[in-house]
Amino acid sequence: MRDLVTDFIVNHPLLPILAGLAALMALMLSASGEAGLVIAVPRLVLAALALAGGAAFCLWRSEWAILASAASAHLTAWFLIESLAQLAGAAGAGFWALTIGAWLMAWYLAERLSALEPASAGARRIVNIAVPVLFGVWLLVLWELIVRGAGVPWVLLPPPSQVGVRFAASLDILAADFRQTFMKAVLIGYALGCGAGFVVAVLVDRTPFLRRGLLPVGNMVSALPIIGVAPIMVMWFGFDWPSKAAVVVIMTFFPMLVNTVAGLAAAGKMERDLMHTYAAGYWQSLIKLRLPAALPFIFNALKINSTLALIGAIVAEFFGTPIVGMGFRISTEVGRMNIDMVWAEIAVAALAGSLFYGLVSVIERALTFWHPSYRS
Amino acid sequence: MSKTLARLFAGKTGPVLFVIAAIIAIWYVAAILMNTPWQRDVFARAGTDYSTSMLIAATLAQERPVLPAPHQVAVEIWKTTALKKITSKRSLVFHSWVTLSSTLLGFLIGTALGIALAVAIVHSRTLDRSLMPWIITSQTIPILAIAPMIIVVLNAIGISGLLPKAFISTYLSFFPVTVGMVKGLRSPDPMNLDLLRTYSASRAQIFWKLRWPSSVPFLFASMKVAVAISLVGAIVGELPTGAVAGLGARLLAGSYYGQTIQIWSALIAAAIIAASLVTLVGIANTIVLKRMGGQPS
Repeated sequence: MRDLVTDFIVNHPLLPILAGLAALMALMLSASGEAGLVIAVPRLVLAALALAGGAAFCLWRSEWAILASAASAHLTAWFLIESLAQLAGAAGAGFWALTIGAWLMAWYLAERLSALEPASAGARRIVNIAVPVLFGVWLLVLWELIVRGAGVPWVLLPPPSQVGVRFAASLDILAADFRQTFMKAVLIGYALGCGAGFVVAVLVDRTPFLRRGLLPVGNMVSALPIIGVAPIMVMWFGFDWPSKAAVVVIMTFFPMLVNTVAGLAAAGKMERDLMHTYAAGYWQSLIKLRLPAALPFIFNALKINSTLALIGAIVAEFFGTPIVGMGFRISTEVGRMNIDMVWAEIAVAALAGSLFYGLVSVIERALTFWHPSYRS
Repeated sequence: MSKTLARLFAGKTGPVLFVIAAIIAIWYVAAILMNTPWQRDVFARAGTDYSTSMLIAATLAQERPVLPAPHQVAVEIWKTTALKKITSKRSLVFHSWVTLSSTLLGFLIGTALGIALAVAIVHSRTLDRSLMPWIITSQTIPILAIAPMIIVVLNAIGISGLLPKAFISTYLSFFPVTVGMVKGLRSPDPMNLDLLRTYSASRAQIFWKLRWPSSVPFLFASMKVAVAISLVGAIVGELPTGAVAGLGARLLAGSYYGQTIQIWSALIAAAIIAASLVTLVGIANTIVLKRMGGQPS
């Protein structure tokens, strides 16, 4: 598909020109109140040189623009982060001009990368991974530069480097919380909830009457704020992980039920007739035809549930826990204003959630390779 | 008579009513079973002899039951909606309105943001490649779990009231809208796109005359998900605000003081709101599609 924005940016080197201008302009602006002009701060001068040089190279040799802009954008970012030790909290106009220039350069790099259309599948895969990774890295770079440069109080938003330090320093606490919340509450609740949803769906499927009645009710229940049962479960099952697992079971049950029931109806009439002519019994046609046909639906539910389970377990911990667990840690550390610890916990949750989701997707790909959405 | 009954049960209404009746019946049985141990204890301590029917009647009328019976919850909802002034802090209508207002605000912002992102993604390959994976990753971050922190932090910098809660709802509701709208804006048949190109239609014209109209069904489908999830966001956002107002605050206060009937009535109120919001979006969907000349499927 042709793309006007990308075509324009790739054909007209507007972004490198702007980045170069920002670099030259920055040399005349102030670095900060105390440090004086940018010229007086060696690291910022290096940053400006890297940016201007990269921009000039992009204009001179357009075919090498990807390498030049990558090197220049990241060198500039590196020098800027280095200079923060001196400028923290009081960065001046020159610093911000360089930040904007580096960001423009990174944007140019992303546009050039996504305009590439490599012939080989491997190279295409690398480009497809490189562009989002670049975006993520620059999100962190800008977060670091803005938070530390502008001196945002760490109580509000700690810079990623600080979160990283805290993460590395409290690995044992994070591991204990992870074990309590993820390995116990989430995994057990997920297995029980999805398993129960699946079994009930297969049973319900045998009576069309129940199926017609349960599907609308199940859809409706899926839309309800089920998370609200958390306090009740804590009352029933106590403070430890069983109550969290119970919340997860309830949250994951209905998506699984609804999706499996819908999936079991997905096998085509022709295939069913074929099974019928083979004189296949109920179980034979269930296992050989209808369950495989239902797999895409079942995996849809498994994916939805993988994020729901984590949310359910963490939120349920707000209503009472033993003194370990991700939700417990988040709520207490907020109270103690240790926001960097909260972010470290969020990083664990995001990582665990993404890996869980990714794992389910990999299994899905392996089992439903025949589905049209994977055969492009 | 039996014919109408048969027709009722051949469609959806009959089975749905049956399932709901079954759920209520199971609820009653569960309430009796779960409340029995405590009730036996009470009787034993008072030294009264009791028959089974007495025991059952008593289990369904406890003040702080383990599981309140449906009629107790219904009575509580009636008492706190119809019999209280709306402005009263004990009125469920008051709390529901607090939650509903931030739900709707967050839902509106989220939908607008979701549409804007989808339009940008459909029109820029770079954004599609760089932003889309992160939008999906953003939802694996359990925002609901850190919602309380966001509320506290926003309060600390002086943003309080409706906006922080609406922010949580926005974060949750933009995602389904973006994903649905990207799909919807890309749904036009290549034949139709080619036709417009032969008319030498501009990008804006293609957007307004083809992409936008064909994305409307997708928009409504994702808005149904978004509005339900906005409500969840608003309720969780109310948990840390010190139990001031809103359904989430009702839940938290109920769990602190062991007021199970209050928790359940707040839950049912939330369920009713969720169901009505989803239904409203569905009705809007039907009206819009009809005015656009679509055929009811």
